[in-house]
Amino acid sequence: MNREQLCMLKELMAVQFTALELHLYLDTHPTDQKALMEYNSVVQQLNVLKHEYQQRYGPLTWGEPSAYPWQWINEPWPWEICYE
Amino acid sequence: MWIYEKKLQYPAKVGRANVKMAKYLITQYGGPDGELSAAMRYLTQRYTMPTPQAKGILTDIGTEEMAHLEIIATLVYKLMDGASVEELKQADLGGYYADHGKALYYVNGSGVPWTATYIQAKGDPIADLHEDMAAEEKARATYEWLINLSDDPDLNATLKFLREREIVHFQRFGETLQIVQEYLDSKKYF
Repeated sequence: MNREQLCMLKELMAVQFTALELHLYLDTHPTDQKALMEYNSVVQQLNVLKHEYQQRYGPLTWGEPSAYPWQWINEPWPWEICYE
Repeated sequence: MWIYEKKLQYPAKVGRANVKMAKYLITQYGGPDGELSAAMRYLTQRYTMPTPQAKGILTDIGTEEMAHLEIIATLVYKLMDGASVEELKQADLGGYYADHGKALYYVNGSGVPWTATYIQAKGDPIADLHEDMAAEEKARATYEWLINLSDDPDLNATLKFLREREIVHFQRFGETLQIVQEYLDSKKYF
């Protein structure tokens, strides 16, 4: 995995983590409007990043379009990546 | 249903291969307070929770534990990467190697396989949520003991991240317990 892809992947992981943290908080604070607004804004940012990453480097999950040949099985898999 | 995402939750790094550390760390894969226990516990308790918040938090934290299981697997895989049979023998992993080679298997640090008796689903939401809070604290303590056993700053960065997640989960379960307690109390007095 080249530097540019790894950099983008790490950014995506960080934004997704922010979304997850807000998601768990909202499970027990469903009427916190400020947190909900923050969540919606982070999710929007996440969707843009995911779209851009997948356009460049192939699918990250199920249900995404693929170039030929089938891109899903491309290595490296997550446990094989050197996150330096 | 569940859908796989082809990425880790955290960029799990190790500074160097270390078979001895892999042997200790594997307890968070298949040990009593490990990530498999956590995921299986929460995902099976959710069906008998009485409030939407409790059903949601057990589903979401149970799912996050699956992501942590993958992080632990990645760390163990990387710590064993390139190890010779001699190194495995020296780390007292000869017996593990005979049964599993270098595959990931659900065992604790002493090689005892995972068992459903590590977890409980009582069907009583107060009892179950108390178990969940205790489980998070036990997992936090396990990460602290593992950090004490490790001298690898890269590995410790990931272990510290996982330790922090236990603290956040404990907090969310505590809030859930309060919500469920209030709900049950409100049913008693009409």
